[in-house]
Amino acid sequence: MQGRELTGVKDRLGIGAIAGVAALALFVWGEFARAVEASAAPVLSVPSIAGPLALADVKALTERLASDDPAVHDQAFRIIIQTGDARFLVLLDEAVVDADRATRVAVKPVKDLLKNKLKLASETDDVRRSAAADLGTSRQLSAVPWLERAAANEPNRWVRYAMEESAALLQLTVGETVLKARAATILGELQSQNGLPALKEFVQQAASDPVSREANQPALRAAQGAIEQIELWSTWANVFETVFRGISLSSILLIMSVGLAIVFGLMGVINMAHGELMMVGAYATFVTQELFKAFLPPHLFDAYFLVALPVSFLVAGICGLILEATVIRFLYGRPLETMLATWGVSLVLIQSARVYFGDLTAVTAPAWLSGGAQVMVGVYLPYNRLFIIGLSVLCVTGIYVLLFRSNLGLRVRAVTQNRNMSACLGIPTRKVDAYTFAFGSGLAGLAGCALTLVGNVEPGLGQNYIVDSFMVVVTGGVGKLAGTIVAALGIGSLNKFLEPSFGAVYGKVFILVLVILFLQRRPSGLYALKGRQVD
Amino acid sequence: MTEDHSDSTIGDARTTTVTDEAGSSRRDFLVQGARVTAGVGIAAVLGNLGNWALSYAADKAPIKIGILHSLSGTMAISEVSLRDSVLMAVAEINAKGGVLGRQIQPVVVDPASNWDLFAEKAKQLLLQDKVAVVFGCWTSVSRKSVLPVFEKNNGLLFYPVQYEGEECSRNVFYTGAAVNQQAVPAVEYLMSKEGGGCKKFYLLGTDYVYPRTTNKILRAMLLAKNVPAANIMEEYTPFHHQDYQTIVGKVKKFAAGGGAAVISTVNGDSNVPFYKEFANQGLRAEDAPIMAFSVAEDELRGMDTTALVGHLAAWNYYQSVDTPQNKQFVTSFKTYCKKNNLPDSDKRVTDDPIEAAYFGVHVWKQAVEKANSIEVDKVRKAVYGQKFLAPGGEIMMDLANQHTHKPVLIGEIQKDGQFKTVWRSKGLVKPEPWSEYTNPEKGCDWIDHQGTYQKKA
Repeated sequence: MQGRELTGVKDRLGIGAIAGVAALALFVWGEFARAVEASAAPVLSVPSIAGPLALADVKALTERLASDDPAVHDQAFRIIIQTGDARFLVLLDEAVVDADRATRVAVKPVKDLLKNKLKLASETDDVRRSAAADLGTSRQLSAVPWLERAAANEPNRWVRYAMEESAALLQLTVGETVLKARAATILGELQSQNGLPALKEFVQQAASDPVSREANQPALRAAQGAIEQIELWSTWANVFETVFRGISLSSILLIMSVGLAIVFGLMGVINMAHGELMMVGAYATFVTQELFKAFLPPHLFDAYFLVALPVSFLVAGICGLILEATVIRFLYGRPLETMLATWGVSLVLIQSARVYFGDLTAVTAPAWLSGGAQVMVGVYLPYNRLFIIGLSVLCVTGIYVLLFRSNLGLRVRAVTQNRNMSACLGIPTRKVDAYTFAFGSGLAGLAGCALTLVGNVEPGLGQNYIVDSFMVVVTGGVGKLAGTIVAALGIGSLNKFLEPSFGAVYGKVFILVLVILFLQRRPSGLYALKGRQVD
Repeated sequence: MTEDHSDSTIGDARTTTVTDEAGSSRRDFLVQGARVTAGVGIAAVLGNLGNWALSYAADKAPIKIGILHSLSGTMAISEVSLRDSVLMAVAEINAKGGVLGRQIQPVVVDPASNWDLFAEKAKQLLLQDKVAVVFGCWTSVSRKSVLPVFEKNNGLLFYPVQYEGEECSRNVFYTGAAVNQQAVPAVEYLMSKEGGGCKKFYLLGTDYVYPRTTNKILRAMLLAKNVPAANIMEEYTPFHHQDYQTIVGKVKKFAAGGGAAVISTVNGDSNVPFYKEFANQGLRAEDAPIMAFSVAEDELRGMDTTALVGHLAAWNYYQSVDTPQNKQFVTSFKTYCKKNNLPDSDKRVTDDPIEAAYFGVHVWKQAVEKANSIEVDKVRKAVYGQKFLAPGGEIMMDLANQHTHKPVLIGEIQKDGQFKTVWRSKGLVKPEPWSEYTNPEKGCDWIDHQGTYQKKA
């Protein structure tokens, strides 16, 4: 409500200023200025001067802009600002084509201002918001009425927020003293992060100058209150963000390591090529994307990612099946040999990817997964991260259902608990091994697909993740899915909790040290298998 | 190459037969031995004759040069293009009759992104292949590891990548930018009115020598320009860092209120997650432009550029530079890649290090012609002051400090992975291996001094 009142005051002021300028312009500009006056007052657009406003006039104006005399400059500036529309902008561009550097430099801020003014009426939310934010730092008081008018009929909450914030910010930084207290209060109520530096500067200035201190007393108090309010808010926002980041990193760790938890945890196979199966998934995503680009109409493009998910699962699963049949099945129960053989396979896979796909390849995130949802002031939850969180929850649920609610799962558990006994009972253990391994590999492929949303696709991709995945599985306790989940959550959140204070490098070092210490204390991880373990 | 091998086998065969002959007492052996000796002897004479005839034909044996770029491993992504660029320059020179009437024969080795192997391969090039000059290295650590080899054997290395400075070797010519030809002008641009008048700087890099040294210099420079220490943030991430949530969150807080810029020396595959996170958390290039020193066209080729549009980079050359010789260069590089069936040949682009590698070969050729010799000491003296019309405009080799005078260009990333030049230095910028901000007392001069020297106040 206070905002509305302020708007009223501003409107009057704005109209006053316009009238004043128009009078001044009349004096200097004759014909041209009269047209400005006639049209400038209510809507600020200038259809009526479309006729006389020729390129020559605009050129003359730009030259005046570049003048050394501030009075001449200001006057030209105001005329342009208040009469400018889309057509004017085009003329302005034409006018400076062959102008000298000084003129171009002088025209640029005016042009930016005009552009942003026009953008406030754009159809796209992001463009409007961008324009509002830019105007907030432009230090042009004339932008305040535009912002307020735009805010009044703005449907989008966050765009309106940006407009109100910018208007208040301009009032505070360049506005009149009497209005500053209001502006500070508004900024405080908006919890404006962007306003914080300006508020602090204002407080510092006002406090250091004893003369203006008296006059600024109410504003000063308002500003101090606003600073407290904003800082309190930002602490809470910070906590919320840290928690989200922890969950997001955990979900990435989890999706990376569930496949490994099955292959390594349940089957006891140390598959060094697990990371490369992720890479296979990532490249499957890339190929799907390219196929969509090549063969399907562009409006279907965004759907490619939904297709890529099962595709990458299948492709990686089939790769796993082949890997199991050709290499791993001969090496069950010989971890060292398995490790060496799969490491060799990983090198082969990396180099073939490099030879076939070249170096970096780009996966474009679909439009519905780029950008983020703003949930509160200054806090964005990126869609791609939300998606990965969802996907990892889905994966884990799927695995639980499969392992504990299905016939196949029963067999898998039986085989991993006691292979010989299961074989005696007629379970085809070889087949179960192959399917389990393929399933774990497929999950790796799914992870690779999801990871294209946050990282890039390159042959060495798997190498970046494999260490972290092993870390999660080992910390969680080999053979226990719940352990993997808890370890992923723990390591992810701890990492994000430590990073702000230690930095990325030492944060990572710290995590590794903690994991080592933990494993010293509990060598078999969080959830150790109890009783007589097979093998 | 093949000729050398046959030569040495002949020599070996001869010596063995001689000992055979001396050692045997039996007649059969003697006869047999004599036959073999005669045969080998004739072959050797013929071979020598051939060799002699070759050398008689006015030194027409090709001049060997070494190419020391990783063709496998992590750095292959960047370095393969440099090899192609050098090979292309060599092909151009050879097509025009070579140097001093002799063809250039490139010897390509693969140090496989392994720093120790770099030193080993450099030794092999210098001692075994006896190359006249080596073009190579990308990372600073690889350069540091070959440096002693070149200095000990008085070799000559042309190093084409921008680097952190603080080096002044007699055996290296640096055709990439020193810090004052890239990072310093870039920050000055950001501080200028034109560049947005930034007041707060977030120095973000990967944790290794180039970002650390560059940021040390930038910090000293910012402090010297009265930017308060509270307005400078410095942060490093490990190699291959993927999770930029916290850092982008910090940048957002830091950039609140405007006037902030991110100075990025983030390397390689960490760039994609960084820029993606930056865009996804609602930050725009207008809130805080990212000024990158390690992202060029060749890296953008493999990235989804939507998140990068509007951000900045500082280099000495862009593919988009509008000069006739650059158009020519870009077309011939693309045709060269296509003709030689290189991977991704249709998508190949040129960038700053590719250009620097290319003109390095031509500068060396001009120097050899001026010196009328391929001896390292003579060539080195001839390189000083050498000018060349490079694709990005004329460059000049410094008169004493082994670096290159180059223009500085600030570019804005476009949707198609190219740069639009938004600012250009007036004329060429003189290279300063020792930054005036961190080492004002030091200079580099191989004419009046012996390399690094203390300036007198």
